Amino acid sequence: MMTEATQAPGQGAALPAVRQKVKSLPESVFAWVLIGPAMLFIAVIVAWPLAETIRLSFMEAGLGGEEYVGLANYQELAESRKFLQTIVRTFYWMFLSVGLKLVLGLIGATLLNAAVPGRGLFRVLVMPPWIIPMAIGMIGWLWLYNGYFGVLSGAMMSLGITDGPFEFLAYKSSAFYSAVVADVWVGTPMVTLFFLAAMQGVSRDLYEAAWVDGAGRWYRFRRITIPQIMPVIVSMSLLSAIFTFNSFEIIWILTEGGPRGATTTLIVDTYKTAISNFKFGEGSARAVIIVILLGAFSLLYLNLLKVVNRKYGTK
Amino acid sequence: MMDKYTKLQMAGIYAAITVFLIFILLPFFEMFMASLRPLEHLFRSPYQFWSDDFSFQAYSDMWDTVPLLGRYIFNSVFIATAVTLITMVFVVPAAYAYARLDFPFKNGSLAIFLGVNMFTGAVLLIPLYRVLRSLSLLNTYWAMIIPGVAFLIPTGIWLLRSYLEKIPRELEEAAFVDGASRMYTLRRVVLPLATPGLIVVGTAVFIGAYAQQFLFAITFNQQRELQPLPAGLFEFIGYQDVTWNQMMAAALTGILPVMVIFLFLQKYLVAGLTAGAVKE
Repeated sequence: MMTEATQAPGQGAALPAVRQKVKSLPESVFAWVLIGPAMLFIAVIVAWPLAETIRLSFMEAGLGGEEYVGLANYQELAESRKFLQTIVRTFYWMFLSVGLKLVLGLIGATLLNAAVPGRGLFRVLVMPPWIIPMAIGMIGWLWLYNGYFGVLSGAMMSLGITDGPFEFLAYKSSAFYSAVVADVWVGTPMVTLFFLAAMQGVSRDLYEAAWVDGAGRWYRFRRITIPQIMPVIVSMSLLSAIFTFNSFEIIWILTEGGPRGATTTLIVDTYKTAISNFKFGEGSARAVIIVILLGAFSLLYLNLLKVVNRKYGTK
Repeated sequence: MMDKYTKLQMAGIYAAITVFLIFILLPFFEMFMASLRPLEHLFRSPYQFWSDDFSFQAYSDMWDTVPLLGRYIFNSVFIATAVTLITMVFVVPAAYAYARLDFPFKNGSLAIFLGVNMFTGAVLLIPLYRVLRSLSLLNTYWAMIIPGVAFLIPTGIWLLRSYLEKIPRELEEAAFVDGASRMYTLRRVVLPLATPGLIVVGTAVFIGAYAQQFLFAITFNQQRELQPLPAGLFEFIGYQDVTWNQMMAAALTGILPVMVIFLFLQKYLVAGLTAGAVKE
């Protein structure tokens, strides 16, 4: 095989030296040449704005100008009962939704992993909520949740559960749980498919050995499948938790955080403050708190991951 | 043998799968049903499952009611395509470096990339808005493309890296021994071998880019002609009298491009996306 340099005419004697130089380009320098552009892009579009968010959080800033106010934005949040409620609500939202996604994902993956005819087709049919734009899926859910012409309310009426139309998104707690269901709907396919892939990666020998020893299906599931896919379960729950914590479009389209703040999570609160009301400083303080909370949660979780990996003997 | 089910078990499995799929597909089914109902029957209360006059009328009317519909779909595809191409230009070299090379701060820098996944655009919207404004990119396609690229680079690197790691090293080493430069090896040896992986990761990025347009569009773009489909349709929900059947028809039509791509590539896509979940 020839390098381009050897084919280039008119370089004569300089050639070997050049080639030597190209070849000996240190690995680390070459690596950074390759990574550099991506890193630079992230720095400009993510890291710099992040730094700017932190700076703005100490400012009173709006469309006009900005003025340094120290910790006033944070102090205001610390004293706000409403904000505390929002934090609690966000974690409740996250744990509930992620829990449901994991349970449904595990059930779904087990079903799709069963050796029955047609499972290839089922696997395809599970995916649409994951791949279509969330905003479009939510248009469907808006329709489903409508009291007058949605099928859910209609079914409840004909079953006699409710007398009249039930508007799912109009009451505080039904709106919250309706949003959770829609969020679970969006997140379940990804969890299911990752669990399925992990299950298919478990060695058949393990199952056969257990089967020969007379272990039933449930026993094999509990003592082989679950421990074997544990690392994936743990990493998926972190990933899913981050997505759910940050879930914005679903809530925004269904309820815009209402009714009366019942579905306002931190991310929705931040958006409302900063973008809808142009309070950039106060919005930034919220954003910083999101980053801190998520960062702390992730660190805690990664430590848990280490423990789990050690226990189940994977790298 | 081990995998054999009794008839009863089979029935149970299929029943459970059916319930699961009903949950997943119900919104699509309802959207489809609503798109077929004539407007005057759409709001019939109490709810009636069956309308006797289903028609595809909404699918032709929608182009008149939402004059920009074609434009929205084009914008969505265009933005997603641009995001994909630009993302891949950044991702390919970086993924190769992480898959093959040893260098200082390797794990640290990878962690930084993956850390980006922790932020959604929503946290960074304020300064991002200002960055785009100072570059006078607000209300242009770039306002939706640039943030889109930034948030897909980490995923792209992660997916492509695990693909590249599976390509045998021997071929590259052979090229090295023959005196090929590093860049030459990357371009002429690694990339051709990685083509299937590039297609999978490219498709995954495209789907991601198609799905993530809403937030950036409603925040950074006020120009209706440039709006991608989700944002364009969302604007319609606010209108006085929404022709819901046409709205549903438009929404379903708008997801056709991704669905078609997905159906063609689903087998590879699932394998590629979940590669990290399978033990080597």
